[in-house]
Amino acid sequence: MRRVVVTGLGLVTPLGADVETAWSNLLAGKSGAGQITRFDTEGQKCKIACEVKPKDHEYGFDPDKRVDHKVQRQVDPFIVYGIDAAGQALEDAGLDDMPEEMRMRTGASIGSGIGGLPGIESESIVLKERGASRVSPHFVHGRLINLISGQVSIKYGLMGPNHAVVTACSTGAHSIGDAARMIRDDDADIMLAGGAESTVNPLGVAGFAQARALNTSYNDRPEQASRPYDKDREGFVMGEGAGVVVLEEYEHAKARGAKIYAEVVGYGLSGDAYHVTAPHPEGKGAELAMRMALKKAGMEPGDIDYINAHGTSTMADTIELAAAKRVFGDDLGGASMSSTKSAIGHLLGGAGAVESIFCILALRDQIVPPTLNLDNPDEGTEGVDLVPHEAKKRQVDAVLNNSFGFGGTNASLIMKRAE
Amino acid sequence: MSDTADRVQKIVVEHLGVESDKVTQDASFIDDLGADSLDIVELVMAFEEEFGVEIPDDAAEKISTVGDATRYIEEHKG
Repeated sequence: MRRVVVTGLGLVTPLGADVETAWSNLLAGKSGAGQITRFDTEGQKCKIACEVKPKDHEYGFDPDKRVDHKVQRQVDPFIVYGIDAAGQALEDAGLDDMPEEMRMRTGASIGSGIGGLPGIESESIVLKERGASRVSPHFVHGRLINLISGQVSIKYGLMGPNHAVVTACSTGAHSIGDAARMIRDDDADIMLAGGAESTVNPLGVAGFAQARALNTSYNDRPEQASRPYDKDREGFVMGEGAGVVVLEEYEHAKARGAKIYAEVVGYGLSGDAYHVTAPHPEGKGAELAMRMALKKAGMEPGDIDYINAHGTSTMADTIELAAAKRVFGDDLGGASMSSTKSAIGHLLGGAGAVESIFCILALRDQIVPPTLNLDNPDEGTEGVDLVPHEAKKRQVDAVLNNSFGFGGTNASLIMKRAE
Repeated sequence: MSDTADRVQKIVVEHLGVESDKVTQDASFIDDLGADSLDIVELVMAFEEEFGVEIPDDAAEKISTVGDATRYIEEHKG
């Protein structure tokens, strides 16, 4: 069977717009949360988010590095983040200038949960106030979810599978899992895979707040708002950004002497069949996804050393934890489990990809990132290492990432150190 | 450069992200400035906004250089 390894990483996050900056800030226990700066939050219940920082910030994002000025003007920010993260990943893998034969076997599967909501919002206002003839000719293709994969394919000449997953907050994890299967099934030798999101706009924030998904009582203390597993958690903090990995067939990577970060060994998918926004109260779908990923990996629960939880800082955290306990045992078999959403917020369609990259870096550096703000752990957390407050050095040979989305969609990915 | 030509040049630079010295009156939007047909639609909309003129589709189709745009605007602006 064709094996799939990770040979490149790219990140745009609220804690840094490159892999090493974001990772070191995460390990240092920094929070990316703050007051929303993008728009006037007057009248909004939630006034905070984990925004990607502007270019002049200590760890800000410079869109000019990899995205043409013209493209920046035409597309929503989630596409700009996605193109940049994809470019970083290709550069990291040494694949940003491939011969045609290799490009014909290289594809992209970079999705988003929601897509270009800010542009849909602003252009709707143009339509209403100024009429149909003033709507931008770039409106549609500047908002479409598959246009990260499209733009990246055009920019780097990638002629392999061009795909985009849309499974809400599971998008990033599903993208990596599906793309790994495309390589395994010989559709491609190399796949860019990941997810991106940017819905820090009035409609996006209002919509999630009205769905009672966002925190609303931490507006004056944004850095404390994302507190997975803590008794005082009361909704997620919206994040934005992108995560993209280069997946590559193992022999292909070895033959060109590529740096191999990890091997993708397990992928599980399931549906809750329960409710549009609430998880199944017993976490049955989550449990199914984790068990399927272990089975596909041919691993025992005790083989997993680190779990990057979905852990959004909502009531669903303890449901996920209960499901994990049923799979791994009451102490999770000695695994550490943390939620990095405590630091970077919830990147929605980008979350599963960004968090998978953190898992890969945990494998590389033998350290697991912390769960911030875990001051009063909720009932049911006893005996579980949730890595409160500070990163922790430990042996990490295999990792599992959980991502769950609206609609009751679940994905679990298992990766291990490359041999 | 006339006031109109100057303002046309600024709009083209802003929309297409090209160096201003490349935006000569002879420059073709597609062949010299890397625009595609949708970019021209967007540029025409921007010219209409900036100069308060209406550029109907059949006239817009005949605009292929910066000079074509400048001349049309000069002739039709109020």
